[in-house]
Amino acid sequence: MANQDDIALMAHLMRRAGFGATRDELEARVAKGYDATVEELLNPETQPPVDPYVLLRHQPAALLPGGQPPMGNVNYMYYLVNTKRPLEEKMALFWHSVFATGNSKVDNYDQLLEQIDLFRKNGMGNYRDLLLKIAKNPTMLFWLDNNQNHGTAVNENWGRELLELFSLGAGNYTEVDVREASRAFTGWTFETKLPRLPYGRFPWKFEYRPEDHDDGEKEFLGHKGNLNGEDIINIVVQQPACAKFICRHLYNFFVADEPQVPAWPIEPPRDPQAIETLMHAFRHSKCEMKPVLRALFMSDFFKNARYQHLKSPAEVVVGTLRIVGGYELPKPGYGELSMQPAYMGQDLLNPPSVEGWHTGKEWINSGSLMSRINFVASQIGNPDLPGVQAIINRLKAQGTKTPQQLVDNCLDLLGPVEVGAGTKKELTDQAKSWGEIRWENDADRQNAARRAAEMLQLIAATREYQFG
Amino acid sequence: MSATQATQKDPVLVVLQLTGGNDYLNTVIPYNNGLYKDNRKAVGIADSDMLHLDQAHAIPSYMAPLKKFWDDDKLAIMHGVGYLDSPRSHFRSMDIWHTCEAEKVGTEGWLGRVVREFDPKKENVVTAVSFGPCLFRALAVPNVPVACVSGPLEQYGFLPSIRDQAQRLKVLETFSHMYQPIEGSGVMEYLGTTGLDGLKGADILKVAPGRYKSTVNYPNTTIAQKLKGVAQVHLAGLGTRVFYCDHGSFDSHAGQAPLHAGLWTAVTEGLEAFMADLKEHNASDNVIVLMFSEFGRRVRDNGSGTDHGAAGATFVLGDKVKGGHYGEYPSLDANKLVQGDLNPSMDFRSIYSTILDKWLGLNPAPIVNGTYEKPAFLH
Repeated sequence: MANQDDIALMAHLMRRAGFGATRDELEARVAKGYDATVEELLNPETQPPVDPYVLLRHQPAALLPGGQPPMGNVNYMYYLVNTKRPLEEKMALFWHSVFATGNSKVDNYDQLLEQIDLFRKNGMGNYRDLLLKIAKNPTMLFWLDNNQNHGTAVNENWGRELLELFSLGAGNYTEVDVREASRAFTGWTFETKLPRLPYGRFPWKFEYRPEDHDDGEKEFLGHKGNLNGEDIINIVVQQPACAKFICRHLYNFFVADEPQVPAWPIEPPRDPQAIETLMHAFRHSKCEMKPVLRALFMSDFFKNARYQHLKSPAEVVVGTLRIVGGYELPKPGYGELSMQPAYMGQDLLNPPSVEGWHTGKEWINSGSLMSRINFVASQIGNPDLPGVQAIINRLKAQGTKTPQQLVDNCLDLLGPVEVGAGTKKELTDQAKSWGEIRWENDADRQNAARRAAEMLQLIAATREYQFG
Repeated sequence: MSATQATQKDPVLVVLQLTGGNDYLNTVIPYNNGLYKDNRKAVGIADSDMLHLDQAHAIPSYMAPLKKFWDDDKLAIMHGVGYLDSPRSHFRSMDIWHTCEAEKVGTEGWLGRVVREFDPKKENVVTAVSFGPCLFRALAVPNVPVACVSGPLEQYGFLPSIRDQAQRLKVLETFSHMYQPIEGSGVMEYLGTTGLDGLKGADILKVAPGRYKSTVNYPNTTIAQKLKGVAQVHLAGLGTRVFYCDHGSFDSHAGQAPLHAGLWTAVTEGLEAFMADLKEHNASDNVIVLMFSEFGRRVRDNGSGTDHGAAGATFVLGDKVKGGHYGEYPSLDANKLVQGDLNPSMDFRSIYSTILDKWLGLNPAPIVNGTYEKPAFLH
């Protein structure tokens, strides 16, 4: 029997480095050990990838979904729910949040999904290489107008966001640097987009047009020469500001909520020492992401940050679906299901702008809170779902009887969820009003299952449960 | 205060969003214009399938209920509505309509600002009620509560998945205790306030279906049922000033004819029932309905549908509306089109400005981010 602290720590790791795990999975992982689990997460190739052909067979329209929701969302949700490489998928979501690219302009989920796949394949590799790949990604080039960035007429959209939102953060470069960086990326474009009809869309492809490139001398962050886009990236990743910016993003995403990105030049990090630790790993490994992530997940500041992070809608929805089970195959209703994060304020593949989503407290408003709670409750309160059944079976096997046991065991099996004394008292009072539960005969067991389902729903409705 | 003033009812705005980009040309048809037929070989409305409003404009027969509002002078048609440099993206366009920010990404919805003006102290959490899957951006402003009804009104609130009603009430009682905001507790306090606002809203709204009696039968379409919900809340006298609902998708790239007909039949029949219901209860004179879509569609059809366009038509209807045409139908001449689309001639924010100034009694400029002409479509 696994130690409760080990389970709690493993649950924390799996919520952050993935999208949560069932109790069976947690116990198996605890048996393997925390360090070994971190290594497995960091080396996803040891686990099988999601099989796209299953998706194709069940939901053909989700494979090349075009510009209309929800088929693009179905495709993405299918991967999120089914991945056996949780950290690979979580890092893809991380980069999607940083390199925020949206269907609102791209109008082509095919291309957005291809970008997500780029994040899956390269998200735990070298950041410099990833930056170069995203600079050549047609979806990004179109999103930030670099196809309109010409040797004779500079468009600064990509050049600016590369510095402000993708690498350094505001205040770490001048307007001249923006201009010069943009000049260096002239001629970085993609093959002409072909119309979608009648055979569907043609995939977009990177193209470098030397005749459209500005070959003049440029001066960027103190470096002079006939710089090209790749030179700009090489200079950018050398900047101390770059390490700091990426590490603060990682901290905000994986450890604890920071203020919104635009406030970073003014507000100091929540834990400057933690950022230093991550920056050291980043610089030491020359922008390799794995050593940074390893340092993060092995650190005390990570292990001690339980429930210091307001769950994003994707974490709420995917985390719930992975625990309750029964969503391994696309089935009727999957489209609506895949739109749930959007109803809670996180329209995946369609962030509101290149700034990405605002996180933490800003996930919550009157509409989104009700959506979050009701969605989780509708799933976790459904005893027909295999994961809920498994929880009820465990409650029975544990001999759950008294109101206190019902509350404690439900809190434990849903997380373990840590709640304040006030919440605990309310949950217990609720359970007391039901009296003791019994499992002797069918009627008892039915009643017990109903009470358990109601308690699980009530826990899912607590404020504490909004944190992960 | 005079007796009439004392009994005067607060003006109410109902917004009906036609999501997906409604085809202006097939909604208000310039039937005498040869260019209409030339450009609409595949999806044009035949003469026998339209109802003439006047010498120049017609609506499709499947929008017949709207003709009655027109004949009663209660329907204002705003022509050529849009804004400069329309992006032709659904999401971005909708965002611009919702936040009144065409240049940058806005953070506050225009109706959220209206709610904040009406109820700065958050005394009535159902000042705005929305019937849709989520909180529309038009209503989203931090710390402004909006009741978002995503299913039947009877089930609105937290934890409808607990089906035993007595049990659910007990659980919600616990919920209200658990959400007590403790001052100074940061995010927990904010969550507490937001949760209790939602709970309070549900408590208030749940009386509405019970108080409601009517002889009007609403069609069994999603939009008619949403409008029925609007009527129930309005008639319950809960102080709601802004209602929001949506219908769609009007994104008719292909197979437009049956799609457009089905959508508009549902919308207009729903509106007919809604207005009849309000009339039956003597509660229609303080309500106007604003009906908009994020953009119109391409002038030339694509063989079975129409692609994203620019200028569109916006409608306002109600007892206090001065029926008629406002603004000008943009030219269909090829050299007047912008990338094949109708060039907007009226900024959507001018319609908002009239409604804010003449109907809701608010200063429009800070809400729509600027000063715009105010077409006089209200009595």
